[in-house]
Amino acid sequence: MRQGVTYIFIFLSILFVVYSFSIYLKPLFDTDHPSINKEEAANGQLVWQKYNCQACHQLYGLGGFLGPDLTNVLSNPYKGEEYVRAFIQSGTKQMPVFTIPDQEMSALIAFLKSTDASGIADPRNFSTNHFGMIQENEKKK
Amino acid sequence: MKRKNRQIGDYFLISALILLLLGLCFGILAALTYLYPHFLKEQLGFVSLRPLHVSSVLFWIILAATGSVYHGLHQLTSENKNHRSSQAHWFLWVVAILGILYSYIVKDFGGKEYWEFNPVWALPIVFAWLLFLKNFITLSKTIVNWPVYIWMWLTGILFFLFTFSENYLWLFPYFREHFVNGMTIQWKVNGSLVGAWNQLIYGTAFFLMDRISNTTHTGRNKLAFFMFFLGLFNLMFNWGHHIYTLPTEKYIRHIGYVVSMTEWVFFIKIVYNWKKTINEIQKYQHYFSFHFLIAADVWVFINLIQALIMSIPAFNLYTHGTHVTVAHAMGTTIGINTMILFAACFEFLIPRREKGWQSNPILSISFWGLQICLFVFWLSLNIAGIQKGIWQMSNPQSSYSKMMDSLHPYFEWVLFSGFGLLLTLGTLSFTLLLNRKKAE
Repeated sequence: MRQGVTYIFIFLSILFVVYSFSIYLKPLFDTDHPSINKEEAANGQLVWQKYNCQACHQLYGLGGFLGPDLTNVLSNPYKGEEYVRAFIQSGTKQMPVFTIPDQEMSALIAFLKSTDASGIADPRNFSTNHFGMIQENEKKK
Repeated sequence: MKRKNRQIGDYFLISALILLLLGLCFGILAALTYLYPHFLKEQLGFVSLRPLHVSSVLFWIILAATGSVYHGLHQLTSENKNHRSSQAHWFLWVVAILGILYSYIVKDFGGKEYWEFNPVWALPIVFAWLLFLKNFITLSKTIVNWPVYIWMWLTGILFFLFTFSENYLWLFPYFREHFVNGMTIQWKVNGSLVGAWNQLIYGTAFFLMDRISNTTHTGRNKLAFFMFFLGLFNLMFNWGHHIYTLPTEKYIRHIGYVVSMTEWVFFIKIVYNWKKTINEIQKYQHYFSFHFLIAADVWVFINLIQALIMSIPAFNLYTHGTHVTVAHAMGTTIGINTMILFAACFEFLIPRREKGWQSNPILSISFWGLQICLFVFWLSLNIAGIQKGIWQMSNPQSSYSKMMDSLHPYFEWVLFSGFGLLLTLGTLSFTLLLNRKKAE
C-alpha cells in the first residue's frame, strides 16, 4: 500500500504545482487597463498594507467587517476620491485619523483606482444559474 | 536525555496555551472596540487588536499542532537525536512571535491579511519550519509502514512551507501590479495554509485515536487513507470558494465549488467507527482526551453543514463578506482545531493523571461551559451575518453604519459568550499548566 500512497501523493503534488504556476503566469496573458498606472497602484497596495486598512475594510468582500467594502468607492456617485481623502484625514467615530504623506495618499488612490477598474464587488451585481453557480450581470467598462 | 527530548513537545504545548490565553484577551478587547468605538482607539485600536487576536490564536493552533507532532514522533520512536535542532526550532518561533506581537503593538504593519506583520518576521518562521522538516525526516525515517498520521504530518509540514513562502510573492512588483491575480494568490495561500495545519491537527487526532483505543487500525485502514487524500485534494484545490465574486478565471471558481463539495464527509464515519472500539476503561483512563475528541466530532458535523451551504455560490452571495464567515472560522478553529488540540494537551502534558477527573466539578463545568459558550458565540455571529447578508442584497440599502448599529445586540452576545470562552478555556489551560508540574 505504501508505494500506492507515495504515487498518489506525488501525482497530486505535481497537479498542485502545475495549477499554481498557471495562476502565477496568468498576468502575462492579460491586457492592462489603459487608465491604470500599474507601478503607482502597486505602491499603493503597499500603503494599504502599511496602514493595515484590511483590518476594517474589505475588497471584494475579503477583509475586516468594521468598515464598508472599498472596491468601488471611487466610482460610487455619493463617494469618490475627495470623500476617501476626507475620511482618512478626519477619521470617524470608529476610524482613527491617519496622517498620510501626499505621495502615499496618491499611491493609495491609484491602488483604489485599480480595484475599481477590476470589476464590481456589489453582490447584487450577480445572478445565479440552475447549478448554484453565480455570474456577473454586466462588465464594468 | 529522553525526557529532555520529550520536553520540546511540552515547550511547544505550553507556549501554545499561553498564546491561546493572550489571543482570547485580545479577542475580548477587539470585541469591546466593536461596541465602544472610543475604547483604546488611540492606543491600539481595532487596527492592532484584530491582528493581535488573529495571530495569537493562529500561533496557538500551529504551536500546539507542532508540539503534538513532536510528542507523537517521540512516542513512536526511541530516537534521542535532534535535541538542539528542535530547541532551535522552538527558539526561532519565540523570536518570531515576540517580533510579530511587538510589530502589531507599534503599528509596524506591512503584510497581507492574517499575516499583517512586517515581512521581516516571516524569516524566522521559514527557518523554524525548515528545521521542523529536518527534525521530522530524521525522526520518521525509522518508522516502517507509515500510518496515515505520519503522512498527514509530512503533508502539513511540506505544504505549510510551500504556501507560506508563496504568501510573500507580493514582494515582487510583477505580482503586485495585477490586483486580481494578487488577490487570487492571497486567498489560494490562506485556503491552503488552513489545509496544511489541518493536516497536522487531523493527523494528531488519528494518532490519539490509535493511542486511546490501544490499537493501530484507525491510522492504517483504507478509509483513513481515503480521508487523507480527500483532505489533501481539498487543501490543494478548494480555496476558490473564498473568491467567488472576484473577477478571476471562471475555472478557478468551478474547481473550488466542485472540490468543496467533497470535503469532510468521511471524517465523521471514521470517528464513529473508532468510538465503537473504545471500552469503558479506556474512556475512563483518557477521560478528557476522549471527550474533547467527541466534542470535535460534533463540531465537525455542525461546520460540515455550514461549509457545504457556504460553498454553494448562490448562498455564498449572501454569506460572503459577512459575520457568517467569521462564525464558520470560529466554529472550525475553536470547535474542531482547539477541541482536538486540547485532547492532545490532556494526553501529552498530563499522561495517566486523568483517572477520577470526570468527577472534578470545575473541569466538567469548564468543558460543558466551553461547548455552550461556543454555541452561543457561533450562533450570534451567524445571526449578525445573515442580517448583514440580507442588507447587502437589498435595494434600496440603508447606510453601512446604520446597518452595523442594528447588529449591536448580537455583538453584545458575542462579547458575553467570548468572556465565557476566556473563562472556560482559561480554567482548562491553567489546570493543564499546573498539573503538568505535579506530574513531573
